[in-house]
Amino acid sequence: MLRVLKAGFFSTIQDNGRFGLLNKGVPVAGVMDSFSATRLNKLLENETNAAVMEITMTGPTIEFLKPTFFCAGGADILMTLNNNPIQHFKVYQVQKGDILSYGKLVKGFRNYLAVKGGFQVPAILDSRSYFYPITEQSQLKDGVEIEIDVCENYSPKLTALQIGSFLAESKLEVSKGPEFQLLSDRQLERLFSKKFTIAKEYNRMAYQLEEMIEQHKYNMLTSATLPGTIQLTPSGKLIILMKDGQTTGGYPRILQLSDKAISILAQKKYKDEVSFKLV
Amino acid sequence: MPNFPLSIRSFGVHAILIEWPNEVKEVILEDILRFSKHLKTNCLNVEKWEMVPAYNSLTLILREEPIDFVKLKQRLEKWYAERDTSKAPTKYYWRLPVCYDSEFGIDLEEVASKLGITVEDLIKKHSENVYTVFGIGFLPGFMYLGGLPEALEIPRKKTPRLKVAKGAVGLASKQTGIYPQESPGGWNIIGHCAVPMFNPKSENPCFVSVGDKVQFYPISRAEHDLHIIEGEVGIYKLEKKEWNA
Repeated sequence: MLRVLKAGFFSTIQDNGRFGLLNKGVPVAGVMDSFSATRLNKLLENETNAAVMEITMTGPTIEFLKPTFFCAGGADILMTLNNNPIQHFKVYQVQKGDILSYGKLVKGFRNYLAVKGGFQVPAILDSRSYFYPITEQSQLKDGVEIEIDVCENYSPKLTALQIGSFLAESKLEVSKGPEFQLLSDRQLERLFSKKFTIAKEYNRMAYQLEEMIEQHKYNMLTSATLPGTIQLTPSGKLIILMKDGQTTGGYPRILQLSDKAISILAQKKYKDEVSFKLV
Repeated sequence: MPNFPLSIRSFGVHAILIEWPNEVKEVILEDILRFSKHLKTNCLNVEKWEMVPAYNSLTLILREEPIDFVKLKQRLEKWYAERDTSKAPTKYYWRLPVCYDSEFGIDLEEVASKLGITVEDLIKKHSENVYTVFGIGFLPGFMYLGGLPEALEIPRKKTPRLKVAKGAVGLASKQTGIYPQESPGGWNIIGHCAVPMFNPKSENPCFVSVGDKVQFYPISRAEHDLHIIEGEVGIYKLEKKEWNA
């Protein structure tokens, strides 16, 4: 067990999400920045689908109630273990009563906390990922206790990873979406020549961009959408669907983010800038 | 069953989109389901591939690996020609109980008056028609139903409500449908369906599939409350009937 003394702004449990229910309208869900989460699970030699805690903007305070090993990474947030600063992407051993605290956000937006064996919240429709109302909670609450495995003896093959400048990246690799051919030369010019700013409306469902491109009058029948799909609304607004995004939509799907680009975008917040690169 | 001209396009590295002509037609939806069944049964590994049918499209998704688009497109064209056109894929007919009591149908009278018909006539027209599920999306278990009579077409509300109840039955332009969970929404609410459209605790959380037929039937307030209780304790079972057109 561990106890979430304070949950922070928006903390959830996420694995790689749900499979096989897109045709019933169930979003994938799962970690937003899989680049970071995957590396943490690798470091702890967890299963690739082990559930981690996704921490948004301001992090939690956690009391370990069992001995285990953990590591954290993603957004650059100051962290302490029993009041001593700790590093990201580095494995730490903890005992019952140890306290992990998150402090100030320095860069990025989402941090991941992984424990040896993963967080053992119940799997609903084959996934531990929080997504209300498929899971009863939409986010972790103060005081909640989460089951974890006891682990006292473990020698990690690697105790730390160097991740490099991932958080500084702002170029999003995209491929053509199904309605790419609708784009005019002027729209294409704008899309690929200048930067875009993250608008106020951004969450696990979608990121909206502040700058608009030329409007359009194209009408299409509702069709499938995916995490990373960039939709163009009739008024010229760009909406990038993310992991909790709806599974169908009626706006042209002009571009599709690469897996890496979804992770890069997941670390962006209001007023951050991104640009697109067609591959 | 004709062979439709298909448009096959890439949709990022993990998905491919197959499009039929841009029309809302039963015969198109049926061909999509026929092809998707053939792909599931004979061509693609369903442990890895997800398929999303909707209106005039079928999207195939391979989450874990990149798709070789050119190769897959060629194989899809070949597989399409090989599909069994002799019989239609199985679809089901669902009768869903709806309580049109004014407590639930908060826009019922306003809608009837705008459409220039009586409330009784509105309920009759809404419930005597059989609808086709052209897609499921927007929310888990939300059905895009086609086949609304023209006499019931009414624009969505000018200001959407911040909260529409789970189970609310609504009307908006050419569509009717059920909110599977509480959500903001701009549809005109005319009743409440006593059967949950999505149950995450069930092994098959959404009993309806794209291509199925749906008909509403009016029930009294007392019957509605009974169905709700039966649903909560898990004894209420919908009748599953094969649809033979």
